Amino acid sequence: MIPGKFEYFAPTSVSEAIGLLGQYGSEAKILAGGQSLIPAMRFRLAQPEILVDINRIQGLEYVRETDDYLEIGALTRESAIEKSTIVQQRYPMLADTARVIADPLVRNMATIGGNLAHADPANDHPATILAYNARIVAEGPGGERIIPVDDFFIGIFETSLERDEILKEILIPSPPGGSGGAYLKIERKVGDYAVVGVAVQLTMEDGLFKSIRIGLTNVSSTPMRARAAEALLVGQTPEEALFDKAGRVAAAECEPWADLRGSEEYKRDLVRVVTKRAIRKAIERANGVL
Amino acid sequence: MSDTEVRITTPPDVCGMGHRMKRKEDPRFIQGAGKFVDDIKLPGMLYLDIVRSPHAHAKILNIDASEALALPGVLAVITGKDLQAAGNLHWMPTLMSDTQMVLPIEKVVYYAQEVCAIVATTRYIAADAIELVKVDYEPLPPVMDPFEALKDKVIVRDDKEKKTNHVWHWEAGNKDATDEVFARSSKTIQQKMYIPRIHVSSIETCGMVASWDKINEHMTIYMTSQAPHAHRTVISLVSGIPENKIRVISPDIGGGFGGKVPVYPGYVCTIVASLVTGKPVKWIEDRSENLQADSFARDYHIDAQMSADENGNITGLRVKTLADDGAADAAANPSKFPAGLYSIGTGSYNMEAAHFEVDAAYTTKPPGGVAYRCSFRVTEAVHMIERMTDIMAHDLGEDPAAFRLKNFIRKEQFPYHSPTGWEYDSGDYHRALLLAMEMIGYEDLRKEQAEKRARGELMGIGISSFTEVVGAGPSKDFDILGIKMFDSCEIRVHPTGSALVRIGVQTQGQGHETTFAQIVAEELGLPASSIKVEHGDTDTAPYGLGTYASRSTPTAGAAAAMAARKIREKAKKIAAYLLEANEEDLEWDVNKFVVKGSPNRSKTIQEIAFAAYTNHPQGMEAGMEAVNYYDPPNLTFPFGSYICVVDIDKGTGEIKVRRFVAVDDCGNIINPLIVEGQIHGGLTMGLAPALFEEIVYDENGQNLSGTFMDYLLPTSMETPKWEVGKTVTPSPHHPIGAKGVGESPTVGAPPAIANAVVDALWHLGVRHLEIPITPQKVWKILRENGIDE
Amino acid sequence: MGTRTVNLTVNGQAVTREVEPRLLLVHFIREDLSLTGTHIGCDTTSCGACTIIMDGKAVKSCTIFAVQAEGRSIETIEDVAKDGLHPLQEGFWEKHGLQCGFCTPGMIMCSKAFLQENDQPTEAEIRWAISGNLCRCTGYVKIVEAIQYAAEKMHEKANQPTQVQEQEVVA
Repeated sequence: MIPGKFEYFAPTSVSEAIGLLGQYGSEAKILAGGQSLIPAMRFRLAQPEILVDINRIQGLEYVRETDDYLEIGALTRESAIEKSTIVQQRYPMLADTARVIADPLVRNMATIGGNLAHADPANDHPATILAYNARIVAEGPGGERIIPVDDFFIGIFETSLERDEILKEILIPSPPGGSGGAYLKIERKVGDYAVVGVAVQLTMEDGLFKSIRIGLTNVSSTPMRARAAEALLVGQTPEEALFDKAGRVAAAECEPWADLRGSEEYKRDLVRVVTKRAIRKAIERANGVL
Repeated sequence: MSDTEVRITTPPDVCGMGHRMKRKEDPRFIQGAGKFVDDIKLPGMLYLDIVRSPHAHAKILNIDASEALALPGVLAVITGKDLQAAGNLHWMPTLMSDTQMVLPIEKVVYYAQEVCAIVATTRYIAADAIELVKVDYEPLPPVMDPFEALKDKVIVRDDKEKKTNHVWHWEAGNKDATDEVFARSSKTIQQKMYIPRIHVSSIETCGMVASWDKINEHMTIYMTSQAPHAHRTVISLVSGIPENKIRVISPDIGGGFGGKVPVYPGYVCTIVASLVTGKPVKWIEDRSENLQADSFARDYHIDAQMSADENGNITGLRVKTLADDGAADAAANPSKFPAGLYSIGTGSYNMEAAHFEVDAAYTTKPPGGVAYRCSFRVTEAVHMIERMTDIMAHDLGEDPAAFRLKNFIRKEQFPYHSPTGWEYDSGDYHRALLLAMEMIGYEDLRKEQAEKRARGELMGIGISSFTEVVGAGPSKDFDILGIKMFDSCEIRVHPTGSALVRIGVQTQGQGHETTFAQIVAEELGLPASSIKVEHGDTDTAPYGLGTYASRSTPTAGAAAAMAARKIREKAKKIAAYLLEANEEDLEWDVNKFVVKGSPNRSKTIQEIAFAAYTNHPQGMEAGMEAVNYYDPPNLTFPFGSYICVVDIDKGTGEIKVRRFVAVDDCGNIINPLIVEGQIHGGLTMGLAPALFEEIVYDENGQNLSGTFMDYLLPTSMETPKWEVGKTVTPSPHHPIGAKGVGESPTVGAPPAIANAVVDALWHLGVRHLEIPITPQKVWKILRENGIDE
Repeated sequence: MGTRTVNLTVNGQAVTREVEPRLLLVHFIREDLSLTGTHIGCDTTSCGACTIIMDGKAVKSCTIFAVQAEGRSIETIEDVAKDGLHPLQEGFWEKHGLQCGFCTPGMIMCSKAFLQENDQPTEAEIRWAISGNLCRCTGYVKIVEAIQYAAEKMHEKANQPTQVQEQEVVA
């Protein structure tokens, strides 16, 4: 399996990259970690005429915490996120996610920006980033803009990024006290795309759910939140019966399809079970259990 | 006879049988210096790529390769018509004496079938060129279900005289006796089961470099071959090139498992491409091509019945099976055994009568039926008998271990004549199962299971007590395309005491370079480290049928011992001459002949070897060489008992293999380190089809599991930490008492796992689950029974 | 769509070549540099037979273009043995961590990078680290043992005073 021919550019600045994207329009494709793109090119499912390799751009690989956000550079490799102490201690759901993406070697190349910009509903980060209510920082010819994550995924393999925009940074709001999160993934074997994945990020206050966001992996054509399940939980007292109900609601609102990973019915039921488990684990973490 | 200790008779410096010798072949592999087919680079070498069919069944209306030919760097396009013009090379014989298209002219009969080949100066240009070939197809209805196929509504092989999809019918055992036993037995059970199509997926795919020397009219072929001599013969028969003008070299092989036994269309295209261009041509399959077009195994639809008497003794077995051969019967079974050794299916159990019937059907799938680390359909047989035994035990309310112990063939019954005509050489089945039970703590596990079940938790214990049949085989019964299934070894002892051993079998990772040196070391007392083992080059190695079906040790291993014994006979004569003693006064002691009663009067094998070239007796031929072509008197029958413990997640249906104990008996052990490795690997290739692997086709015949994204090889995370034990029951008829081991665990493991999962769910009314037992299958049962977390 | 010049360090040697941008790094290593110890086992980044170390990290060279290696330093199996076998190579040999040997270079490169980050791994950590490398022959048990062997040996060595240090102490 040999990729088709293409013209290769390796810009060293974001503005140079944006210029190339502007110049070549839909013929151009950004190469970040390349771990999804290059296999697609080998099968000639993707045949871009222009590749804009952004790996030469300095300053896009970092994980740092400010007062308001965890800031992650778009080119940050999954392995760096997985191994980051800040992430492990303060953003365990993100650590959960990074460590179940593909395999350790792929994670040494794969980037969080690529994972999100590819907008594959089977990718793991979209669910987590939705649950975190993150913001996506994009830069285009007109400068930077911040895209709320709820507006980011707009279709299958489609985001609200303009053709000449580059995803630069992901901003995850610092969780207030009493917060916890967890990402649980069911896979046929290690390294597989999710049969289903559930990301839950919540904040407890006075023994009640103050807020909760639930992201789902690979059960809809566009990465989705289980909004009805979230709505059911907010303001309520955590208890098993309620988790079960939330699981059922999430199972009803997702839109899985039958494939080799399972029937629609099976996937819905896994969403139900795994949502419950993710809520339990997120609560444990909110209570200080890592 | 049986023992749990490995027999060692030589000191470590000789390192004969039983020593845990580090492998002699390893230094090159651990330093990246292995030489695999894709590592071969010849001057001026061209590259071949293949256009494949997007349909499972379609007429070919037109092939237009003009655009591809116009691409700079493209030298040739080869179609079926070109092959026909070159001497009817568009069809080739399969190893089962069926026929298979090399490249089609009229129609394609499976998805990803080879349609035409492109030859270009680089791999990249060849890949570009195949995109430019335009093929017009007229789709025909696919035939994906063998039962439907037998209705002959759509004929897959309309090239044949008989317009039917029925390929053959085969029977073993005694029908009338079996019917009679069933009629008088108090208990009968019936179970249908499907052993799905799976794929061997050696990490190295198939490939070839063919190099035609126009001046000398000589063809040199490097290929991923488990059987280089057999392939040379087939290539000669197909191409018409005299066999002495063909040299097949099988270099280092990155795993075979049966997938590198058949001849595939890509090989033939590569040879033709080299003949046409007069240049060396390389073809290396992509993984997706490998997963879609060749190396498929199993695909058996089984309907089994078992009977037992009022005391819970198994009395009979009746098995009907439909084999899905795909578009050609391209299995590599011995000629007389179209269903391989499937009739070994009475397994480890004493019973009065059995009858097997197998029919085969053509479908529009790629040719199937190659092995998957399995001796000719033994895996299918063992899965059937071990599942049936478990169902019977559960039905009778007996513990599956106790039921097996009650029904095993007893050790005093060996050699045992099975109802289907096999003569089992040796065995001690009770001892193997009792050891496995002790190792895993069987009684405690049953207690734990009862407690957990009371709490609503799901845990299962599964047993498999298999009997293998390997070492094909006695030439009176076993041949492939008429070539008898002996195997060979040639030994040359050099004047200074080192030796060259050449064998007719071909390693793909089994460690022949080490184990064959150990066999010869055992027999001659030469240090194994001083013995060089060669194979895989038909210009130098003696003719052999190759390595598959665990046959290397039973056949070529015996040949090595026998050839060494010939040398020892000659050495004795030379020693007698050197020691001025009578031959009958000499005795052999590890590595020297000693005059009985005079321990100081001796000659070492090295001294004798030197004399063979410098000071041999008058009238005796000089030198120290021997060849043996070993024709085994019988097959060998390795066996073992496996016990598996699984835990089931009630929420998701996920299955966790908590423990797996494997007790194997492969007779005398040549190298325990290598045997352990073979068992670990075989168990993992048993785990794989039990829980993960299956080739799935959609209704149009497209392969949905055509990459490693969807064909699920277990990783280090899914694979449990195997626990192995052994008993040693030598084969009475084998010169070194060995039996073969590589495939036993692949054969034995799947039913142990399946039995464990069914055991966990039996109380819910579950009698059987088809492999691969996916979490979804378990989940469905749980929910149907109202079980949730 | 012509070629580009790529400059990189391969096993400590500076290398400059003209390549098509689409040339996969694994083909560059195997074909252009004739370092055939790095293998190819799939086309979906699944098997890890092509694993090399690039700037200290184990990566799958079938899913990187050669042009992306510009200015980088890569290490292949051919350069692992220095003054004798590397402890990992010894471990694979001692513990029978290989059979056909096709996945072995990738396994060793993956483990080498892993042990640089974690020199006292648990069995579970080792299994996790090699989960992107498929082996069809061994069942992984002996590969895990091989890596444990190397880890112990490397850890011992790292914590052993060297000959020179001992002499200094004596002096």
